[in-house]
Amino acid sequence: MNILVCAKRVPMTGGTIVLTEDEQAIQTRHLGFTISPHEECGVEEAVRLIEANGGESVVLALGPSEAEEQLRDAMALGIDRAILLETADEFDGQATAAAIVAAIEAERASGVEFDLIFFGNESADSGNYQVGIRVAHALGRPCVTGVKGITVQDGRARCEQETASGRDVYDVPLPAVVTVKEGLNLPRYPSVPGRLRAKRKPLATSAPSGRAAGVEKLRLRLPPGQGKQAEILGHGPEAAPAVVEVLRRAGLVA
Amino acid sequence: MTLVYVEHQDGRPDDASLQAIALAREIAGDAPLHALLAGPEAEDAAAGLGAHGVATAHIADHEVLATHAPVALARCIGELIERLSPSAVAAAGSERGNEVMAHAAALGDLPLAANCIAAEAGDPMGVTRIRWGGSLLEDARLHGPVKLLTVAPHTVEAAEVGGGPTAVERFTPSLGDADQVVRVVETVQQSSEGGVNLADARFVVSCGRGAGSPEGFAPAEELAALLGGAVGCSRAVTIAGWRPHTDQVGQTGTKIAPEVYLACGISGATQHMAGCKGAKRIIAVNVDPEAPIIANADYAVIGDLHEVIPAITAELRKAGAG
Repeated sequence: MNILVCAKRVPMTGGTIVLTEDEQAIQTRHLGFTISPHEECGVEEAVRLIEANGGESVVLALGPSEAEEQLRDAMALGIDRAILLETADEFDGQATAAAIVAAIEAERASGVEFDLIFFGNESADSGNYQVGIRVAHALGRPCVTGVKGITVQDGRARCEQETASGRDVYDVPLPAVVTVKEGLNLPRYPSVPGRLRAKRKPLATSAPSGRAAGVEKLRLRLPPGQGKQAEILGHGPEAAPAVVEVLRRAGLVA
Repeated sequence: MTLVYVEHQDGRPDDASLQAIALAREIAGDAPLHALLAGPEAEDAAAGLGAHGVATAHIADHEVLATHAPVALARCIGELIERLSPSAVAAAGSERGNEVMAHAAALGDLPLAANCIAAEAGDPMGVTRIRWGGSLLEDARLHGPVKLLTVAPHTVEAAEVGGGPTAVERFTPSLGDADQVVRVVETVQQSSEGGVNLADARFVVSCGRGAGSPEGFAPAEELAALLGGAVGCSRAVTIAGWRPHTDQVGQTGTKIAPEVYLACGISGATQHMAGCKGAKRIIAVNVDPEAPIIANADYAVIGDLHEVIPAITAELRKAGAG
């Protein structure tokens, strides 16, 4: 079987977000980058399924040239090859989906059909909750979202979602699109040989065509009420009575 | 007119859907507000919507809608868009609200603004939406012949506005086979094992990497048990494999809303704070007075969680709790 994982490069924001002067982006000069958390689990699941069933795993990212770092990371974990849709622009949900569909159709034209396409349920940064679903419709495939458990057997995918009271189960035929959530698995750490191999694995870069943004970003801003300073209850174990007093005022202690 | 897709359970509309109605009402202005409901007990859930300003509730009847079927629901929205020509369609920014609206957006090739906290009617529509689980806001223009948006839960207040009774109109959507492929075929109930659900707990104590090891959570377990609360953790802890992902508080974990959240040895990354901003009071326990969480907590104890948590437990015992 063949599996495509779509992953996004996002900054590791740490404790405080600082914006660029033009309010269009997060100031990332001092930040590292990572694959958005849900998609890390997509990468891991793809590697496991290909290990078990054979076939090829491919990782795709739409983003700046630096996203090669995240694609190499995914290949270090066992993904076979990578596709970078290189753009310095921020694409909205519709434009991202259209670019990914074009890339999948190009793969099909060269004889590669993906049985499963993994997305994150939503990206950590823009959180549009829609790219995987749009791609599924464009390709005419079923899409299960928010998946935290998947079993592939006899050309079908049994997918589980976590709910407040338990689990909801879906059963869809392949090929399918599945958007996953963190907790689906515990991603492995890359090994040193894995990192070395990743450097030599194929990475194809192309320029996606954009389209006018349907959700047109004007500016970013921090929510109000940031940076309140906590009242210091004390230092070390001596602070325990003050903590209990807060619990009492909250009605948790009689 | 404006249309709202309303999720409901046990014959009552979900809070998040009532919040979406509140924002939709602002968008609608003097124009009528309609709702779409589907599934068992939809009529009961629709009964109370008049008070929230909903003039007409459209109830979709189809056997596939007996369980959650997102594409079928999106087709229902598409049919109502055709028939009623709404200027905007809104839903809750819940997992399923976002899912159904994304399907509707894909079917109609329309833009969708997910998790809005404010909107101003117009073409384009001005919206403010959340990013990074609420750690950042985006002001945007929403284009398209019909404006599709979801409303981030707990950001807009639901309100009864004393409208008249809701007119109920039932319809049977025309669904193709492909629209019925994605649906819940089985529901597995989890045995609660007597434990307290993290999302509903009134008291949560979490530890981060500062716990040092899986065993380092024992004092937190003891304190949580004493107060009938739940134990959570940071993402660093689940990545290390010390605790299951179901214990993770954060943007990609569980969103909590306790009376008191005791966050111990947690630096306070935006990822974590996105999961606990619903807490009424946050007490941070940290050895580092400069840790970002101190700037986002209501109270702080500067100290080592391995000393502070047992001291709190001892103090509670002395006070006669448990």
